[in-house]
Order: sequence, then structure tokens, then C-alpha cells
Amino acid sequence: MLEIPRLLNQLEAELKQTIIDRRLSNPLMIGIRTGGVWVAEQMYQRLHISDPLGLLDISFYRDDFSQIGVNPNVRPSQLPARVDGRDIILIDDVFYTGRTIRAALNEIFDYGRPNQVVLGVLIERDGRQIPLSPDCVGASITLNVGQRIKLTGPDPLAIEIQTLTVAA
Amino acid sequence: MSDNLQLNSEGKLKHFLSIEGLPKELLTEILDVAESFVGMTDQQIKKVPLLRGKTIVNLFFENSTRTRTTFELAAKRLSADVLSMSIATSSTSKGESLLDTIRNLEAMFVDMFVVRHAISGAAHFIAQQTAPHISVINAGDGQHAHPTQAMLDMFTIRQIKKDFSNLRIAIIGDILHSRVARSQIQALNTLGVAEVRVIAPKTLLPAHVESLGVNVSHNLNVGLKDVDVVIMLRLQKERMTSALLPSESEYFKCFGLTEDKLKIAKPDAIVMHPGPINRGVEIESKVADGPQSVILNQVSNGIAIRMAIMAMAMQKQGIV
Repeated sequence: MLEIPRLLNQLEAELKQTIIDRRLSNPLMIGIRTGGVWVAEQMYQRLHISDPLGLLDISFYRDDFSQIGVNPNVRPSQLPARVDGRDIILIDDVFYTGRTIRAALNEIFDYGRPNQVVLGVLIERDGRQIPLSPDCVGASITLNVGQRIKLTGPDPLAIEIQTLTVAA
Repeated sequence: MSDNLQLNSEGKLKHFLSIEGLPKELLTEILDVAESFVGMTDQQIKKVPLLRGKTIVNLFFENSTRTRTTFELAAKRLSADVLSMSIATSSTSKGESLLDTIRNLEAMFVDMFVVRHAISGAAHFIAQQTAPHISVINAGDGQHAHPTQAMLDMFTIRQIKKDFSNLRIAIIGDILHSRVARSQIQALNTLGVAEVRVIAPKTLLPAHVESLGVNVSHNLNVGLKDVDVVIMLRLQKERMTSALLPSESEYFKCFGLTEDKLKIAKPDAIVMHPGPINRGVEIESKVADGPQSVILNQVSNGIAIRMAIMAMAMQKQGIV
């Protein structure tokens, strides 16, 4: 059911429609590391975006810093040009609680004040914890309690559903 | 002194007191995290929310411009609240003990002390005595250590030379009084450079200096050969109690870095100095301001490296 080509096609179609509906002009695309960047690279090609692809590392903006600490694999964010007044398409792999997107928006707004932000994700799963939701999705799914979904990649992109076993 | 005090039970940084006892992986992690903070200067709002709501106290019992201001800026860019205390303006000059000062600040719910003190071991002492949720960063203690300076130097070297393994580094000047040199030598050897050389007159070298893992030279013309990184140290006139040198001009003639002397090192060698510079004493202005000098890069990098160290020490706060 979750075949990557179909998900990518669906996300592409929804993004194209949203670009028209929301009248995005010369949009800037930003992928969230790591999985979001892989998806963004595909959409970037398909939508013929002209500005270089932006890469966002939200490690310094996470809300669970005091519990999990600094991610040792943090890399610098690379946002091209200015974001002031721009229309932004933000891409992530999986939308789950919404906390990653909150962190990403906080970081983007520290670079400037965009005109619009549209959120596209490959997969939306249940479990939202804050009032944010994606604008464009490849597919929406419901998982059992204790199940996790993960995108692996970049070549080939694949979806992995793991069932977490609770330690006895 | 046990340096395990620096790590919590999970092996993560808790206090940053000395390079000694810290594994290579941790030093590399500090450099990697700092790398991401350098990019932050592109942001309109040059702040990340990592330490929002935390209170950091800069306790400076000794004068400093660069170190204090970069610590202060680093804390502010992590969104912490910062209080900078210079001790000439505080109660210790009225006779309050160090421990009483600490206890009083603890009672104000602070989260971190950044300490500079003229006595070696002062930061260790505070780390041992303070409440378990508080982290302590050593910003220079006596002649013992200045680990954040050493780390910003490592960062600057890596930025330009990329890899440590083939590098020959010369540290020149007043090694005896220099806490910077001690921390640099430990960091360079932990990160695995090919060779660390110290070049100085015998009177400015500590006894058994070779045991630190360095080669020794008393001659600048010989010692600079094949060197990739030249680190000049400040001649610490204020710490010299006896006559260790004939005169400043004599010192400059033998150990001062001039354009001609620099030509002995590799053509792409970089010149570093922790500041403040004594122009015409240990280094000629033409070299300090010249194309091979990275002295101002060191200052800029000081902010990113101190952000990384403060953020890493505050993570999982309270885990002892």
C-alpha cells in the first residue's frame, strides 16, 4: 500500500495544485534533515524550482533538548538567499506529533519573515499533539500503538514500519 | 584531581574544567557542534532557544576582555540570561569567601558558572562544591588550564587544515606561565597531531616539559622548520616574579616572530595567538596583521565553540 513512487506522485500532484490555489510565486523549497531532504530533492526536480534547495537542521530548536541533549550529528542549516517575503514550501518525510514542524517554523522565522509557508509531507500518520497539520500529503495512515514509521534512503527510498517492543 | 568530575554517569559533558581526561570523541563532538553554530551568523535573529530560561553567571576574579565578552555573547545567542560579575565590584573584595559567594548565587537559582580565577584549581573546587544541577566552565585558572581557548584554537586549525593527523605544530614563547599552552598541548595530543613542538628559552619552560608529549627547541630558526601551525604566546609580564629574561628587546631578537622567521615554516603555515598581543615583543605587527595570521578568526570562533560547550554541558541538566 505504501509504495514510494505512488506517494511521490500524490505529493507532487497536491503540491502543484496548492501552488495554484495559494498563488505561490517563485517558491523556495526547504527540506528538513534527514528524511525530509531526500523527499525535497525529488520534489525540487519535479516542480522545477529555480532557487537552490534549502536544508534545515532543527536540532537547536527541538523542544526536548533538556531530555535528549544536543544531537551530535547536527549540521549547519543552509537556507538560500533571503526568506523575507518569500513563499516557502517546507518538506518533511513523516508528519506525526507536529513538534518537528513547530521547531522548523521557529528556525525559519529566525532567518526572516516569509510571506507564506506550505507544508508537504510524504506520509501523515495519526498522533498529532499540537494544532498544526500538513497542507499536502503523499498518504495518510493510522498505525497501532507502539508502531513507528521511518523513511530510509536516499537511494533507494523505502518505508519501514517498526513495532516497538516494550522492555520487560 | 579527578577529571571524571567533568562527565556525568552517561559519559556526557557536565563540567568543562580541563582537556585532560576527555576522550578524543568528545573533543571532536564539541568541534562538530560548534561548526553548526558558525552558520548561525546568517540568521537575522542570531539566537537559538536551547538555553532559554537558564541563568549563567560569569564569575571573573581576573581581568579579561575577549574571554568574558565571547562567553557573554555565546550565552546570549543560546538565549540564556547572563550575569557578568567582575570581582573588584563584588562582595569578595569585602572579605566574603569564594564558597559564600557561590552559595549566595546558588540561592538565586542559577544554572551555570563560568569561572576565571588566578588560583589553579578554582573551577574544579567550585564544581566539587556546587549544587548538582549546576555546571561549571573553566575560563582560565591560574597556570593550570584554559580549555575553551584550546578548543577554539583546535576549531580554527581544523577549519583551515581539515585534518589533524599530519600536522606539525609549534608553540612559541612563555610556556612556563601559560595555561593556554598546557591545554593546547593536551588537546593537540588527544586529537592526534603528528608533532607538537615547544620553542622557548630554558627559563620560560616548565621542568620536565617533555613529559607533556612535546619536542623541545631553544632556537626559533631550527624549531620552525616544516611547521604547519605557529602558535605564539603572550609574554606574561604580570606573572614574572623573578628576572627570567634579560630584556624584552633581547627576547624579540631571539623568539619574536618576524616575516623572515615565518618563512622558515611551511609556506601555507598559519599564525595564531590567543591575545592580547604584545606587538614588537613576541610578534611583529606585519605578521600579526599579515595574510598568514588567523588571530581574528580565533576570536570569532570563540563564540561558536563556547556556545557548543555551554549547550553540551547543560544538556540533561541534573544527571550527575
